[in-house]
This record gives sequence, structure tokens and C-alpha cells, in this order.
Amino acid sequence: MSSNFGSIPLRYRVSIDREQCMECGRCIDNCSYGVFRRDGDRILINSRKCTACHRCLAYCPRDAIMLEEHPCDYRSHPVWNRQVREAIYNQARTGKIILAGMGSVANLPVIFDHLMLDACQVTTPPTDPLREPVELRTYLGKKPSRLDFRRNSNGDVELSTELAPNLMVETPILLGHMSYGAISLNAQVSMARAAKETGTYMGTGEGGLHPGLYPYQDRMIVQVASGRFGVNIDYLERGAAIEVKLGQGAKPGIGGHLTGEKVSKDVSRTRMIPQGSDAISPAPHHDIYGIEDLPQLVRSIKEATGWKKPVFAKVAAVNNTAENVAAVARASVDAIAIDGFRGGTGAAPRVFRDHVGIPIEVAIASADRELRKQGLRNEVSLIACGSIRESADVVKAIALGADAVYIGTAALAAMGCRVCGNCYQGLCPWGIATQRDDLVQRLNPDVASKQVANLIHAWTMEVTELMGAAGINSIESLRGNRDRLRGFMLDEGLLNVLDVKPVGA
Amino acid sequence: MVKPVTIDAKGMHYTPLNQQIRKAVEDGASEVIVENVLGQRFIGDGLRGDATIHIHGVAGGDLAMFMSGPTVIVHGNAEHAPGNTMDSGKVVIHGSAGDAVAHSMRGGKVFVRGDIGYRGGIHMKQYETQRPILVVGGSAQTFLGEYMAGGLLVVLGLDGVMKAREIGSGIHGGEIIIRGDVGDSCLAAGAKKVSLTDADRARIAPVLREFAGDFGLDPEPLVSADYTRIVPASARPFAGKYTWE
Ligand code: SF4
Ligand code: SF4
Repeated sequence: MSSNFGSIPLRYRVSIDREQCMECGRCIDNCSYGVFRRDGDRILINSRKCTACHRCLAYCPRDAIMLEEHPCDYRSHPVWNRQVREAIYNQARTGKIILAGMGSVANLPVIFDHLMLDACQVTTPPTDPLREPVELRTYLGKKPSRLDFRRNSNGDVELSTELAPNLMVETPILLGHMSYGAISLNAQVSMARAAKETGTYMGTGEGGLHPGLYPYQDRMIVQVASGRFGVNIDYLERGAAIEVKLGQGAKPGIGGHLTGEKVSKDVSRTRMIPQGSDAISPAPHHDIYGIEDLPQLVRSIKEATGWKKPVFAKVAAVNNTAENVAAVARASVDAIAIDGFRGGTGAAPRVFRDHVGIPIEVAIASADRELRKQGLRNEVSLIACGSIRESADVVKAIALGADAVYIGTAALAAMGCRVCGNCYQGLCPWGIATQRDDLVQRLNPDVASKQVANLIHAWTMEVTELMGAAGINSIESLRGNRDRLRGFMLDEGLLNVLDVKPVGA
Repeated sequence: MVKPVTIDAKGMHYTPLNQQIRKAVEDGASEVIVENVLGQRFIGDGLRGDATIHIHGVAGGDLAMFMSGPTVIVHGNAEHAPGNTMDSGKVVIHGSAGDAVAHSMRGGKVFVRGDIGYRGGIHMKQYETQRPILVVGGSAQTFLGEYMAGGLLVVLGLDGVMKAREIGSGIHGGEIIIRGDVGDSCLAAGAKKVSLTDADRARIAPVLREFAGDFGLDPEPLVSADYTRIVPASARPFAGKYTWE
């Protein structure tokens, strides 16, 4: 039975400047969604299939293609806007949950953009990063609250405090967890090479560790999620650190699943599940039914790997993040990643992506404050993630209390991603969020790794400059340094939660 | 042939205990006997090799978690989640065990002579030649085989009536075989009953014989008993739940 909605208006309109077009057909070859086809010597267009991935624009040798967003207006209405109405038509037709990709499209203010960074002038002069070193090296993991020393038999002083294993990063920018399955192996390899080159680390996501990544294993943080995909003792031993995924910013409170269609032979081998079966990661870990069970899992991972590796936990930013983080900090965890509600994803129910969770700025600030209040701040490192878009966000996140950040979408964008939000279709024309061989081949790891490394280098230099301008010469002095931030057009309540003064104060 | 190594676990923390076990196995001991175990967690956690570890006493939680190869024999009870995310090897428990037994087990065998708690066999999954097997001599509690994605789970109910309800909720792979009849009301969404064929019986007979052998039971009544076989209603339980944006 067909619905009586007819078709909904186009979201994008694609057109070709016929004067410019030379009918080479590259648009047809490049568009994995099937927008273009040939009819004799004419290129025909089906705009309905367009996702605004921009692949055709990027590869048209004549710049002949034009793409516009929603050329057809609904009756303008401030409440019943296009998204709301189209979601209703979709669900009235199908009766199903709407899946969506990438980060939230909810039109809410970005707090980072309302936080201004500070700089020095004459009363305290700025530091010149060209002349004076700015220390960016960061150690992620537990720090002792005090150090004890003893004299050894030779009379030398040596440290008697036992130090917990830490990860040493040369920049506070790490590459966040995106699994093999959600993204292609070429995309993972590109990021792994970039991590190696820039002295940082990369997350495997919950899809296991493909042998193609073994050469970079000392740069990998392997993830243990509720589905336990690809997890065995070999996997745990390969990673430089291990992260227990408890939640994700794009979909707090729910698990995830990779649909059977995407569980290709190679993905099935890496995840250690049968080919073509749904890969289901339930909401909780089956052995964590309360906070008292988390240390059990964390310690079992540490015990299995001889207490040699830091164990991270990742939580979604939710209302009681501060309490969650304090509880996790007491659970033998060495670092906690907090993932804000704008975090990206391969696929999430749209209603979760756009409506559940809180901004990373607030979550990190309140977590840092709560940890300090409880005297636990040195027990864990904090990693902020979920919408870190530029180097200023990195500095602001650290000033709000993070030790480092994970970037996800920004790294994908560095490889060519146009944030079209259609990752869940598995047809990514840039070879990133796809397992289709011909599409995967489009991403050349030699080129893409360079681009990701360039981005990290560039941001790292900008972080250095921003710190120099603020008269700060080590990341340690930036961390939690709210005095270097001022809120611009933020309400008093929010300023209080962030623990930041308004501009001019 | 290195002679058996005996470790007295009395009052020992789990880390040094595990270090001693690991060292003994690395040094070539084919048998390690651990005495006076009293709830130490993570015994055999991530252990590799082909040694046999005898545990005398009560093993704590996550026994043989991530284990790859060895055999662990518990002459007593075990706490929750023995065989958690285990890769290969065998765990034989002469007493009973707690919740989430064989959680996410990917290969090898877990045999429990007594009862198990809630969520037994949860998210067990199989892969190529790796097919995990959990056999319970006694009864199991609710949510047996939840989210099961592969492998074989057998409950024999030797000591009285089977208590599990909500069997196989979200099951999308593998099979649950229970001795005797299972009421429809005990099955969860996503699970369905099918009859046990002669081929099925032939397939599980060696497993039942092995189980009986480990616990000194007569295998024949087990092999010839009546069983209910529970399998997923669909390998893709969520396939119809989503539409695209
Ligand atoms: S790629 Fe550009 S020039 Fe080539 S057929 Fe398409 S629109 Fe015309
Ligand atoms: S990864 Fe590909 S499909 Fe996903 S948003 Fe980027 S360009 Fe689109």
C-alpha cells in the first residue's frame, strides 16, 4: 500500500551549466548515489538522490555543476519547520525509527563560540613561541598526589612512588574512536599513519583491530565496547592503551549496531562475528549493571595485560556527567573521554542525535570542577570530544579542564569528508564511511595521512601561538585555567556552571 | 615433563596469584594446582597455553576472562562471569556459578555441574571455526542466552526444575538446548522453539558425553533424553526497525 504523501520536496537541486559541460561523464563515475546518468551525449540529473557530498563538484573538470540547498520552500513556519514535517511524513509512511549520520543538526548555539580567549598586553607581556619553548607534551593517565623518594645503596636519591602507566602525546590532539565497519580500512590506515607522524594516538573504535593496522599498534587505543567485537587477549596486548566504551555523545544511553549488510568478509573477520550478521552492541556492558561493576571490568583488563597499560573509559555527556565521571575516576580508570552531544556517528537514531545529551563545554567544565572538589583530579586525565572544530576549541576545552581532545569529524574532513551526514548509507563517495571496494580505493592513505597530519600540525602550531599570546608556556598551566576565558553573551547561570567570568570582568 | 606446580593462595591478592600461575605455565608446567582459593577474582585472566589449572576452593568473578587455550578445573563454586570473553580453552566447574556465565564467550567450553545465575550465555558469539559451548548440569536463571549471537548452550536440569524465563531475548545466532519441555511463556521476544532432529542429537551427543565424563555421570540417559531446541526467530532482529533520514 503506498502512502498518500506523494513525494516530499527535494532537499538539494543539482544543475549543470550546459555551456561549460563537455559530457566527460566524471560526475556519473564519481556519484555513488546515482544522481547522474547519460542519455546519448547528454548528462541527466536526478536531484532527489543528491546528499550534497560534493564529490561531483570536486571532480568536474569544468566547474559546471551547481548545487543548492532546499530550493523548494514549505509554507514558512517557525515551529513546524521542514525537518519536523519531513520526519513526520517519513515515520507516517514507514512506522520506523529514523536513522541519521554525523553530528547533531539541531540549531542550538555553540558555547565555544561564546567563549573568548585571553591575551597579554603590557601589564603582563605575551610569550614569543618562536623564541621561548611552549611545552605541549601531555601525559595521559593517573598522576600521583605526592612523590616519595629514598636513597638507594649507592647513596643516590631515587623515586619510591610507583607511577601508573601513562600515554605520552606530543600534542593535546588525539584521533577519536571510529570503528572499522563504520569507516573504511583506508580511512583508518590514513589516520594511524598521521598519528604516528605527529606523535599522537588514535582510537580503533569498537570494530576490532585489522591486521593492516598492526604496524601502527603502538599508536592505537583499542576499544572494548559492550559487543566485545574483536576483543581477545591478543587485541588487548597490541594496543598502547585500552578504552572501555560506556557511552557515545551522538547516542547517549543506547547501544549501537552495524547492520548485517555492512558486515563484509573482512569486517566479520576483524570483529570476529559471522559475515552478514547484525553486529549488536547493547546499551550496557552485560557485566556492568552498576558502578561497582566497572572497576571489575577495568581491573580484569589490567590484570590480563599485566597492569602495563592505561585503561580509559568513554562516557557520553549527560546531565549528571560530573557524578558519573567522579564515579568512573574511582573505578581504577586512568583517563576519561567525555563525548559531547554534537559528536559524530556512522548511524544513530535521529531523535537521539539531535535531542539527547549536553554540550561538551558544560560537561568538561563540570566534570573538572567535581573531580577537583572530590580531590580526584589527579586520579584521571580528561579528554574532551564531540565537536572540536578548530584549534581555538582545543584551547578552550583545555582551559575548561580537559587534558587533551579527541577529534573525529575534523579528521574525516581533513581526508575529504563534506559532512553530508549520509554515512549510514555506506556509499560515502570519498571512500571514508563505506566498505564498497571501488569507493574505498578512492581514498589514498599516502595522501590522506599527510592531510590529517597537516591538520594536526597546523592546529598544534595555532595552539602554541594562542598559548604564547596568553603568556602561558606549558599546557599544564592552561589546563582548567578559567581565567583565560571570558563568556560573551552567555547567561549568568551558564557562566556559573562553566565557572567563567563574563567579558569585561 | 615438568612436574605439577602447587600454589597456596591463602590470603593472596589476585595479582601475585595470577603472576605465579602465569610463570608456572610459561616455565612449562602442564599442571598447576592452586589450593585455598577464597574468592580471588580474574584467575587465569588472559592466560595462554595448554596447561591445566586446578582450583580448590571458590573462584572469584571473571574466572578465565580473555583466556586463550588452558583448561581450568574448579573443585568448588565460581562467582559471576566465568569464561567472560574467553577465546578458547575449557572451564570445568564442579559446583555452581553466578550471573553472566560465559558472557560474550567466543570459543572453547564452559561446563558447570551445578546451577548458574542470571544472564547465562549472554551475547555468546561464534566466528568461523570458533564456536563456544556452555553446558549447565543444573538450572539456569532468567535471561538465559540473551542477545546470543552464536554457539551452543545446553541446560540439563539434573537437580530439579529449570527456572529460566525470558529465554533468548534478542537472540540472533546460535542455539539453546534444554532438557525436557519449555513452556512458551518462558521464551522471550526473538526466540522460537523448534524440534530437535536426529542430526541435532548426533551433533550434541559428543558434547554431552564429554560433560558426563568430566563429572563422572552416566552419559546414556543424557544422550537419549528429550530436549527443547530454541533458536533465533531471525538473524537480523533489528533489520525492520529503522528507516533513513
Ligand atoms: S563532470 Fe562536469 S563536465 Fe563532466 S559530464 Fe559531469 S558536469 Fe559535465
Ligand atoms: S564520511 Fe562520507 S558519507 Fe559521511 S558525512 Fe563525510 S562525506 Fe558524507
